[in-house]
Amino acid sequence: MKTVFEKTKGLTDIPFHYCPGCTHGIIHRLVAESLVELGLMEDAVCVASVGCSVFTYKYFDCDAMQASHGRAPAVATGAKRVLKDRTVFTYQGDGDLAAIGTAETVHAAARGENITIIYVNNAIYGMTGGQMAPTTLVGQKATTSPEGRIASTNGYPIRVAEMLSTLDGTAFIERVAVNKPANVIKAKKAIKKAFQTQTNKQGFSLVEILSSCPTNWSMPPQDALNWLEEKMIPYYPLGNFKTPEEN
Amino acid sequence: MEKKLMKGNEAAGAAAILAGCKYFFGYPITPQNELPEYMARELPKCGGTYLQAESEIGAINMVYGASGAGARVMTSSSSPGIALKQEGISYLAGAELPCVIVNMMRSSPGLGGIQPAQGDYFMATRGGGNGDYFTPVYAPASVQELVDLIIKAFDTADLYRTPVMVLGDGMIGQMMEPVELKIPEKKEIPAKDWAVKDKPTKGDNKLINSLYIIPEELEEHIQGLFSKYEIIKQDECMYEMFNCEDADVISVAYGTSSRIVRNAIKKLENDGIKMGLIRPITLWPFPVEAFEKIGSKTKALLCVEMSAGQMIDDVKIANEGRLPVEFFGRSGGVVPKPEEIVNKVKEILGGNK
Ligand SMILES: Cc1ncc(C[n+]2csc(CCOP(=O)(O)OP(=O)(O)O)c2C)c(N)n1
Ligand code: SF4
Repeated sequence: MKTVFEKTKGLTDIPFHYCPGCTHGIIHRLVAESLVELGLMEDAVCVASVGCSVFTYKYFDCDAMQASHGRAPAVATGAKRVLKDRTVFTYQGDGDLAAIGTAETVHAAARGENITIIYVNNAIYGMTGGQMAPTTLVGQKATTSPEGRIASTNGYPIRVAEMLSTLDGTAFIERVAVNKPANVIKAKKAIKKAFQTQTNKQGFSLVEILSSCPTNWSMPPQDALNWLEEKMIPYYPLGNFKTPEEN
Repeated sequence: MEKKLMKGNEAAGAAAILAGCKYFFGYPITPQNELPEYMARELPKCGGTYLQAESEIGAINMVYGASGAGARVMTSSSSPGIALKQEGISYLAGAELPCVIVNMMRSSPGLGGIQPAQGDYFMATRGGGNGDYFTPVYAPASVQELVDLIIKAFDTADLYRTPVMVLGDGMIGQMMEPVELKIPEKKEIPAKDWAVKDKPTKGDNKLINSLYIIPEELEEHIQGLFSKYEIIKQDECMYEMFNCEDADVISVAYGTSSRIVRNAIKKLENDGIKMGLIRPITLWPFPVEAFEKIGSKTKALLCVEMSAGQMIDDVKIANEGRLPVEFFGRSGGVVPKPEEIVNKVKEILGGNK
C-alpha cells in the first residue's frame, strides 16, 4: 500500500500535553516536518522557552536546551556562537518573547544572530492560566483584564514582526497563522525559509505564528479558529516583512 | 618566569585565556570594565569570541548557551550586575553547567557607590538565586592570587559541573601588581559527554535542563547536587592561617580586608600584641576546619569586613560558640584603616591582655 501521509520522523513518540484543539501541536508538526525535509533535523538544537511549550524539548527529536523565561534568544546566541554549523532555533510564546524577553529578542535581532525564532502568538499567557499578554487585543478578556484590555490603562498590543523588521540586523521575518489549511501550508513555507536563511548564514530569522488557545480564550476549538481569523488577523496582518535578497 | 605589572581586571582576563576560556559575555559596569575590554581585544586573537550582551541577564544566559555547548566560558560584572545574573546562576546550577563568574564588588545596596566593598558575601555564598544550590566562591587577596584562582575556578567548574564565582572587589580589580602568567598544569577533567556538541549526536539527544516536573525526580536531582557539594566541601576548601599560634586575638578576613589586617598585625606586634589571621580563600565552602585549630591562648575572634557584617555569620557558625566573636567593618566604599583595627583589638583585649 502507498503511504500518503505519516507522522514526521522529526517528532518523538511522546504524546503532546497540549489541550484539545490547541494549535501548538500543528506548529510542532510544521517545524519538525520543515527540519526533516531540509535535512536539518539531526543538526538542529532546540532552545525551549517557558510557557505551554516548555516541554518542546521532549517532542522534537534533536538536541535541546531549556532556557529561563524570556531568555531563549540569549541562550540560543551563546549556543550558536559555539556551534556555528548547527541549526539553532528557539520556540517561544508571546509572553516569553514580547514581555519578559523583549530585550533578549530585540538585541538578538539587532545583532543579526544567525538563529531562527519560532514565535507563537496566542494573545494570552496560556500556561499560567489566561492572564493578559503583551499581545492581548484591546477589548479581549483575560483573567487580569476581566473587563477586556483597556488601552488607557494597559496600553496596546505589540506587533513583533513589524517592530523587528525595522532592524537592520534581521534577515527574514514573516507572520503566518495556523487556523485553516491554506494558512498552514503558507506557515510551513515560511518556517522552511526561516531555517534556510540560517543555513545560508544570512542572519536572524523569525516566524510569528498566530495560534489559538481555546482553553484560555474560553471557546470551543472551531470558534477559537474563527476568532483568530476575525479578530487577530486584522490587527496582526499576515505576510512577509523581510526576505534576504538571495532567498 | 618573568613577572609583568598588570591591573587586576586585565590579569583576570589573561588568566582566563590561559585557562582555555574561549567565550566571554559581558556588560559594562564600574569597576570591572577593564576585564571585558581586555577580552574584547585579546579573545579574537586566539580564536575566541567576545560579545557585549544587552544586559547582565542577557550575558549570563549566553553563558548558559555556550556552556551547554561544552565551551569554557566566563562573564564578569560588579554588584548590581551580579544581582541581575542571579536568575541565570540558579539555572546554571540547576542544569549543572560549568562557567566562571567574576564579581569585582562595589558598594551597595541599590545603585550604592562605585568604591570597593565586600557587601556581596551573602549573595555569593548563599546562592543569590532561587532554590537549593551553592556556588563555590574564590576570594583572591592579590592580583597574582586572582590569576591563580581564576585558572583554578575553570577546573573546579568543569570538574563538578557547577558555576563558580571569583569574588574580588574594586581594589583587586583596579590595582596593579606584578604577576606571573604561567601556563597552567593540565588537570584531569572528565569529557563533556553531556554537552550539545558540534556534531549532532545521532540517536543520543542531549538535553540541557533544570526542569523536573515530578517532585520525587526533582528531589533526587537536588540530592545529587548536594552530594556533589559534600565532595566540594571536603576536597576544595582553601584557607590560609597566618601568625595564629599562641595569638591573643585571631582576625578573620578575606580579599582586600585581609591585606589591611596584615598591616594591623605588624602594628600590633610593636605593642606586644599577637594577632593571627584566618583568611578564607574559598568563602563557600567556608573553612570551618581552620577554627578547630585555634589554640587555647586565643581570647577572641575579630571578623574584619568591608561591609556592615556578613561573613561574621559564618565565623560564628564555624566558631561553635567557643570564643567571643567581635566585628570591625567599614561599608559604603570606606576602606578600614589598620589603626582602626589596632584600636578595636586593644578595646577587645582591654586590660586583660
Ligand atoms: C521569571 C518567571 N516569571 C514568571 C513565570 C511564570 N510563567 C510561566 S509561563 C508564563 C507565560 C507564558 O505565556 P506565553 O509565553 O505567552 O506562552 P503560552 O503559555 O501562551 O504558550 C509565565 C508568566 C516563570 N516561569 N518565570
Ligand atoms: S492553555 Fe492554551 S496555549 Fe496552552 S496548551 Fe492549552 S490551549 Fe494551548
